[in-house]
Amino acid sequence: MTTNIIGKPLARVDGRAKVTGSAQYAADFNQPGQAHAVIVGATIGLGRVSGIDAEEVLGMPGVIAVLTHLNAPRLAYLPHKAVIDPAVGERLHVLQDDLVHFQGQPVAVVIADTLDHADHGAARLNVRYIAEEPIVEPVGPGATTVIPAAGIQPDAWIRADTSRGDADVAVARAPVRIDAAYGIARENHNPMEPHATVAAWDGDRLTLWSKSQYVVNEQAEIAAVFGIPADDVQVICPFIGGAFGTSLRTWPHVTLAAMASREVARPVKLVLTRKQMFSLTGHRPRTHQRIVLGSTADGRLTGLVHEGMGETSRHEEFMEALTAASGLMYACPNLRTRYRLVQLDTGTPNHMRGPGEASGIFALECAMDELSYELGIDPIELRRLNEPVVDESSGKPFSSRSLMECYATAAERFGWSRRNPAPRSMRDGRLLIGMGTASASYPAYHAPASARVRLQADGTAEVEAAASDMGPGTYTSMTQVAAETLGLPPSQVRFRLGRSDYPPTPSHGGSWTMASVGSAIRAACIAVQQEAARRAIADRRSAFFDATPDALHWHEGRLRRHGDSSYGESYQDIVVRAGEAIEADASAQRDPEVAGRYSMHAFGAVFAEVAVDPDVGTIRVRRAVGAYGAGRIINPRLAASQCTGGMVGGIGMALMERTLLDKRDGRPVNAHMAEYLVPVNLDIGALEALFVEEHDPHVNPLGVKGLGEIALVGMAPAIANAVFHATGKRVRDLPIRIEDVLAA
Amino acid sequence: MFPFSLEKVRTEDEALRAAAAGGRFLAGGTTLIDLMREEIEQPRHLVDINALPLAEIRAEGSDLLIGALARMADVAGHPETLRLHPLIAESLLEGASPQLRNAASIGGNLLQRVRCPYFRMRDAACNKRMPGTGCSAIGGLNAGHAILGTSEHCVATHPSDLAVALVALDATLRVRGPEGERSFPVEDLFRLPGETPHLEHTLMPGELIVEVRVPDGPPARKARYLKVRDRASYEFALVSTAVVLDIQDDRILSARIAAGGVGTRPWRMRASEAALIGKAPVREAFSAAAELAVRGARPLSGNHYKVDLLRRTIVRALEMAGDMA
Amino acid sequence: MSTRGVTITVNGEARSIECDPRTSLLDALREHLHLTGTKKGCNQGACGACTVLVDGRRINACLTLAFMHDGAEVTTIEGLATGDALHPLQAAFIDCDGLQCGFCTPGQIVSGVACINEGHASSAAEIQAWMSGNICRCGAYPGIIAAISQAAGRS
Repeated sequence: MTTNIIGKPLARVDGRAKVTGSAQYAADFNQPGQAHAVIVGATIGLGRVSGIDAEEVLGMPGVIAVLTHLNAPRLAYLPHKAVIDPAVGERLHVLQDDLVHFQGQPVAVVIADTLDHADHGAARLNVRYIAEEPIVEPVGPGATTVIPAAGIQPDAWIRADTSRGDADVAVARAPVRIDAAYGIARENHNPMEPHATVAAWDGDRLTLWSKSQYVVNEQAEIAAVFGIPADDVQVICPFIGGAFGTSLRTWPHVTLAAMASREVARPVKLVLTRKQMFSLTGHRPRTHQRIVLGSTADGRLTGLVHEGMGETSRHEEFMEALTAASGLMYACPNLRTRYRLVQLDTGTPNHMRGPGEASGIFALECAMDELSYELGIDPIELRRLNEPVVDESSGKPFSSRSLMECYATAAERFGWSRRNPAPRSMRDGRLLIGMGTASASYPAYHAPASARVRLQADGTAEVEAAASDMGPGTYTSMTQVAAETLGLPPSQVRFRLGRSDYPPTPSHGGSWTMASVGSAIRAACIAVQQEAARRAIADRRSAFFDATPDALHWHEGRLRRHGDSSYGESYQDIVVRAGEAIEADASAQRDPEVAGRYSMHAFGAVFAEVAVDPDVGTIRVRRAVGAYGAGRIINPRLAASQCTGGMVGGIGMALMERTLLDKRDGRPVNAHMAEYLVPVNLDIGALEALFVEEHDPHVNPLGVKGLGEIALVGMAPAIANAVFHATGKRVRDLPIRIEDVLAA
Repeated sequence: MFPFSLEKVRTEDEALRAAAAGGRFLAGGTTLIDLMREEIEQPRHLVDINALPLAEIRAEGSDLLIGALARMADVAGHPETLRLHPLIAESLLEGASPQLRNAASIGGNLLQRVRCPYFRMRDAACNKRMPGTGCSAIGGLNAGHAILGTSEHCVATHPSDLAVALVALDATLRVRGPEGERSFPVEDLFRLPGETPHLEHTLMPGELIVEVRVPDGPPARKARYLKVRDRASYEFALVSTAVVLDIQDDRILSARIAAGGVGTRPWRMRASEAALIGKAPVREAFSAAAELAVRGARPLSGNHYKVDLLRRTIVRALEMAGDMA
Repeated sequence: MSTRGVTITVNGEARSIECDPRTSLLDALREHLHLTGTKKGCNQGACGACTVLVDGRRINACLTLAFMHDGAEVTTIEGLATGDALHPLQAAFIDCDGLQCGFCTPGQIVSGVACINEGHASSAAEIQAWMSGNICRCGAYPGIIAAISQAAGRS
C-alpha cells in the first residue's frame, strides 16, 4: 500500500479547538436552567447507613433535593455487561440500599441551584453509619484470595493458570536461577479532566454530555440501569481530557446525574471532585508477583514461573492479563503461570494504561535484568539468546515481531555501548549514573467497528463513528485514513466522533482504536466510493452511464475508466448531479481465519538513563529512548507524542505513583494531586520514540497494531533496571522512592 | 464552603478594626480558600487586606525588609533579595508553583496550615482541627510527618520553605494589633503542638503581620537551601535544610542551620551549629554536626527514613554552602 | 445568601458578574460567563489547568475569589487569539504538538505566555522549571517545552 497521507506528520486537526479553549469537554456543556449535583461519599470503609439528616440541608439556601437510598427511585438495573466490565460480579447499584461496600461510595446526592450551594449542602449533610472494619490490605488477615472465576472457563481470555513442560522442576534443576518478588502500588489514572456528566431529560429521552471512552456502552448501560430503550439515551462526548482507561466503564456518577436530573426535572451537572476520583472511578490494582527464572550457564531459559495476585473489590472480579506476556516474550520450554485475585472492601479496579502487561512485564523484565547480572551477560544479548521463533504460548507464528530490531535501533540511538556493565560504576560528578533496558509488548487487539461516510455537494466528505479521542489523535489519524482512502486532501474530510447515535465502535482503549475504527472507516470509504460509482453508472448525465463497475476505479478523488487518465468525475460532480448527499455505512472486523493463524503483538525496547544523588537519594530520569515495532504508523508526529507521553507515565509509575489506603477505614489518604505525585515538566529528561519499519499484512488492512499501551509498558522496568545499575541496589517494589534508595 | 461576608480594607487601622470585630484576614488566599472549600476553615467574615500598602521590598542599611503582602514571586525576583539574601529567593523558588507564588503573600506563607491529610479530612479525628478528637496520623499513614517536636496530640510538619530560610537567617517579624506594634523572631511565631495543636502561632487575636526584617549576616556568607523530594518541583519537602556559613581561612566562624519537613515547626539546629564553630568545612565535621541534629528525633511508624535523610540533607547542604565561592 | 456584583475586565471586555461571595474566579468564568476554556482540573491549586492572567500575572483561578478581583483585567485562553490569528504560542503548541487530550492545554498556554513575558524561557531547563505548575498527564511535556522555546524565540 503506497500512501500519500497515511504516514505523514499531519498537525492535529483539532489543534485549533484545543489551543483556543473552544474544545468542549463534558463539564463545559452548560445547559439552560441547569442545577448542580454533588455526591456525598461514605466516610466509613464498610458497614451500613443508619440515618441521614436531610432536613437541615433541604432548608439551606438553593438546595433543591437530597437523594439518598431512602428516597431515591428504585432503578431497573437490567443485566448489562460489556467487554470492559468484569465478567464476574455485579456493578454497584447506587442509592438502592443502605449498604456501604467501600470508603467514598456515594450515599447521597445534593442538588442545588448553584455549585456553591450544592457543595455546601453536601458538606453539611450528616450521615450516620454503623461501621465495620474493612479489609483493604491485599496481604494479611482477612484478605480473601480467589481463583478468578472467569479465568477457568474453557474460552477464558485471561487464564488463571497456564503451563507447558514442567517449570517447577526446570527451575529447580537450573544451574542459574532468579527467584524474586515484585510489588506495584495502587495507581489512579488521574486524567486532568475530572469525570463529569451533564444530564437532561426531554420527556422520556435522556441526553448525557458525559466523559466516556465508550459512548455506545454508556448509552446501553444507562438504558439498562433505568430500564428504558437504548434509543432514548443519547451520549455526547466530543473531547476527553485524558482518561487512560478510567472512563471505559460507566461509573455510578453517571447514573446519579441522570437520576438527579429526572428527580428535579431540570438539567443537572455533576462533576466529581479530584478526591472522589480516587474512590469512584477505578484504579490500577495493586499487584504482588513472583518470578522464577531458570537458565543455563550460557543464558538460555529453561524454566519460567510467573505467579501474580491483583486486588479487586468484593462485588466484582476485575481481571487483567498480568501473566500473559510471560508466555510469549521468550523461548522457554517450561512455563507455569498463576493469576489470583484478592477481594477487598474497596471500589473495583479497572484498566489503566497498559493493563496487565504494564505490571506483569515490569516483573518479568526486572527478573531478566537480574538474570543478566547473575550470568554476566549483556541484557540485550540475554534477550537475543532467548528470542522465540513462534509464540510458544499458542504455538502460532507471530504476524510480525521486531523486538530485536527495536533493541538494535534504540540501543544505537541511546548509546548503550558506552555503558559500563558493572553496577555503581558510572558517574557524572557526584551523581551515580545508571542505564537500564527492558522489553515491552502489548497485544494487537481488534474489535468489530463501523463507520459512515457522507459525500457532500461541496466536495467534502463527512465521516462519523461513535469513537473517542482521549488524546492520541483519533480525530487526526482517522481523517488521514479517510482522506487517503478517498483520495481527498485532509482539509476536505471532516471526521466526527463521540456521539452514541453514530455508527458503533468498540471502547476507546486497549490500543485497538486505530486498528478497529480505522479499518471501519477505510471500509466505509470504499463503500461510499462504490455507491458513488453506482450512482454515476445509473446517471445518464454521467460519462460513465451504463459502464460496468469493473471498468471503473477511483484515483485521487476521481472516478476514472481503467487506462484513461484524461477524464474523471469527482465526488462533487456525482453528488451534485444526484441532488443529495451520498452516504454509506460499513463495518470491519478481523478475518477470523487469519486471526486464528497468527499471534499478533506489538513489541518494543526501552532504554532509560537515571541519575541518582548518592547523598540524598533523589532519582531523576535524564533521558530515555524507546523503539517500537507497532506496524504501520499513521501519523509519526502524533505517534511520537503518544510514546513519549507513555514514557512520562512510566516515570510516574516507576518513581512516584501510589495511592495509599489507611487500613483502618480504607480511606485513600493522598487523594490529592499535590500528594499523589505524577511527573511535572521538570521531571522529564530527553525522551525519544523511534519506530521500526514493520509491514504486517495480517493484523488488519491498515497494518496497524496500536500504540497507547505499549507506550507505557517497558518504561518502568527500564528505569528500575537503571536504578540498580546506578546504585547496585535492587528495588523490586514500585514506586521507587528516595527512602528505598537510601535504605541500607 | 460556608457562606461569609467580605470586606475590603484600605488601611492598617481599618484592617485591625475589622479583625477586632471578628474578621479573618484574606491575602493571597491560596491556603485559606483551599481550606474553606473543604470546610476545614469556616470564617464567617473575611477582611480582604490586599489593598494595604504592605507589599514593599527594600533594603534598610544592610537589612532586607519585606512587606507582609509582598508576593512570593516578587520577593524571589527582587534585586535587593538577590543582593542581600539570595537564600530567601532560593527557598521561595523551591516552593509551590509560579502561579501560586504569584498569588501567595509572605505573611500568608508563614501562616499556611499543615499538609497533614487527616487535618484536611473533615470527618477524620484531628486534634488540630477538632481539639480532643485524637490524632489520626499517629496510628495511620505518616511518612510525611514530623520526627522532631511532635507530641502525642499532633505530628504534622510545618510546610513552609521560606520559614526555614527565615529561621536560619534570624529574621524578625513586625506585627500590629489592638495593643500596638511588636517585633519578635520569626522562629517564635511557631508553637510546638504540645497539648494544644490547634494553636499554631503566637499572634494575638487580631494581630496583623506587617513586615519581615532579615538582618544582615556576617560577611562572606555562604548560604544554601536544599529541598529533597521525590518530584523535582511542585511538591512539599520530605526534608529541607537552610544553611548559612561564615568561613574564613578554612575555618567556620559561624553556622546557622534550619530544617523543614522534619519538625512540627521550622527547626533550628543549634547543637549542630555550635559543633561546627572553629572546624574546617569538611565532610567529617558536617557529618558530626548532622549527627547532633537527629538526636532526639522520634520517628513514627512510617517515617524512619527521615532520620537518615535529615542527616544526609544537612551534610549535603553544608557541602553546597561550603563549595560556594 | 446575598449575591453581589463585581466587575472584571475579561479579555478586554468589562463584565459584571452577580455571584455569591464564595464563587471562585474559576467558577465565575466557567459557570457565570460561560468561558469554559479555563479548566477545573483539581480545584485545589495542585494542577494548573485553571491558570489565567490577572493583571498580567499568572495565577490559579481556583484558589482566588471573583470578589477579590473587582476592577482587575483577566485574560483567559479565549482572549489570546486576535480574530482568526492565533497567538504565536497557540500556533507553536500546534506546530510542536504540545498537547494530546487538550484539557491542560489552555492552562499550559496561558502559563506559557506568562513564562515568556516573565523572561523565564531562555532555555529548555528554565522553561521546565517555570512550567512545572502545569501538570500534563498525557505527558506532552517535550512538545510544550519546544512550543514555548519556539514562541519565545520569535517574540
